[in-house]
Amino acid sequence: MTGAHELAIEVEGLEKSFGETKAVDGVDLSVRKGAVYGMLGPNGAGKTTTIRMLATLVRPDGGAARVLGHDIVTEADEVRSVVGLTGQLASVDEDLTGRENLILIGRLMGHSRADAKARADELLDSFGLSEAASKLVKNYSGGMRRRLDLAASIVVTPEVMFLDEPTTGLDPRSRNQVWGIIRALADAGTTILLCTQYLDEADQLAEGIAVIDHGKVIAEGTPSQLKASVGSATLHVRLLDPDRRGEAAEALSRELSGVELDPDPAALTVPCADADRGAEAVAELSRQGIAIAGFSLGQPSLDEVFLALTGRPATEDESNPEEVEAA
Amino acid sequence: MSETRTGDAALEGLEEQAIRKALSSASRPARPSALSAVLTFGWRGILKIKHVPEQLIDATMTPVLFTLMFTYMYGGAISGSTSEYLTFILPGILMMSVVFTTVYSGVALNTDLTKGVVDRFRSLPIWRPAPLVGSVVGDSVRYLVAGTVVVIVGAVLGYRPDGGWDGVLAALVLTIVFSFALAWVFTTLGLIMRSPNAVMNTGFMALFPLTFLSNAFVPPETLPSGLEAFVEINPISWVVTANRGLMNGTAEAGDILLVLATAVVLTAVFVPLTSRLYRKK
Repeated sequence: MTGAHELAIEVEGLEKSFGETKAVDGVDLSVRKGAVYGMLGPNGAGKTTTIRMLATLVRPDGGAARVLGHDIVTEADEVRSVVGLTGQLASVDEDLTGRENLILIGRLMGHSRADAKARADELLDSFGLSEAASKLVKNYSGGMRRRLDLAASIVVTPEVMFLDEPTTGLDPRSRNQVWGIIRALADAGTTILLCTQYLDEADQLAEGIAVIDHGKVIAEGTPSQLKASVGSATLHVRLLDPDRRGEAAEALSRELSGVELDPDPAALTVPCADADRGAEAVAELSRQGIAIAGFSLGQPSLDEVFLALTGRPATEDESNPEEVEAA
Repeated sequence: MSETRTGDAALEGLEEQAIRKALSSASRPARPSALSAVLTFGWRGILKIKHVPEQLIDATMTPVLFTLMFTYMYGGAISGSTSEYLTFILPGILMMSVVFTTVYSGVALNTDLTKGVVDRFRSLPIWRPAPLVGSVVGDSVRYLVAGTVVVIVGAVLGYRPDGGWDGVLAALVLTIVFSFALAWVFTTLGLIMRSPNAVMNTGFMALFPLTFLSNAFVPPETLPSGLEAFVEINPISWVVTANRGLMNGTAEAGDILLVLATAVVLTAVFVPLTSRLYRKK
């Protein structure tokens, strides 16, 4: 195997153009083994093309990438035998039943007929699809289809899994189920590269995030690093007695600068880059005997991060996922 | 990470434990052989016919209609009697029914490409052309159905082969072999064209003149000389000639070899072409 490599995915200057459009314009990525790594960006940022190149579906125009040490161009076959892919469109055959889909994949992965059937039944069971096993997939709901899709990806557990917007178009309950499956997969040791335009999805699942825009990685880090690098967090304090707000502002100023008085006569807000200083500031209030009704240390949302990085909100592009998917 | 696991409470109906178990119990078998992958894709094609048997209607009704229409409309005019004309055209109708069915191989491939499932096939560690070869192998079932229907309708109308039913079987096999090769022309088309409908229209537009401007329905000697020359070099005519020989018991090895050679050439040109286009998609 490839024990010498600590990195599951190494990408250097990957490029791909379609006609005049540079879909991917020099992407660099490193994902360590066993990590869940998020690629975050609006539609058309180059996420899907990057993932398709890594899954050997599209040949890159330039740059290089290795998956578990195998070059995606010269060792495409080796790459294919260790990766799994769940594409933006559910990668299942609509004209077959759920069970037939899984048997088909099992046979194509090299299972004997009996093993493929047993594995299909086991997976249908685990993914709550036993009752729909003999129904044609075209009659499945979006959530069922996505679950079958994920089941098909783990007929043989992949060492590296590429997930391209796995929850786009799903209702919240199905989305949570998919998140649960992704976590189970990560816990089993599979390295996961997750494309998403949902900021909270990356925040929930990924330990590292690359923000992609116009085919380039424009920022990289842990979710909290990314948030910290852009806007600082803010400390909100609400007092029991509005009359003591002046005193409270003074006390907070000893630890933090830039105290602002909120429209709410009992509330104050102060930028707070360091949580420890924030805790000190709150402690200072109680030392002064100023009673507080509550306080919170809010981090900027990833939406704000995206806005700060690109100068435009990410939400603009994800307002209509159905339309995006159809295109 | 545990503090962010707000979603897990909503995992009703989905046993995360079971999923973990399924993940840990997975074994990693050896890659399947090319043949095994091809047969698996052939099985997929047959399953699709099983789920939507209606799709065989055109493969079964068209031959019935052709046989009836041609026999009763032109039989008297061309051969003097319907039974004699049946002997003349049945080898041609056999060819025509099966050859038209090959267009659907291209249509099916084009339809497949618009769906996400192809991405999965292409990300599997299998012999790359397996999905293509397998679907054409599966389509052979359609060819067999179309051909068999023609023979049965012919027999019902009173056709009795001079070359015996062995000869008819041989003609059926030869036609299917040729169609298997011809299907690759349409899979190539299926990879170039934008929509399944475009593939169907183009395929039929090409096949109509080729099948009608052949020796299938009229003796070429009755045609204007320019047209006769075209009929002589039309590969479809070669298939009809070989079929006629086999079914009438007057087969010449040269005729049959010519058809087989044509099939080899078609396969040698269009299989690599299709594979290359498929890989680039």
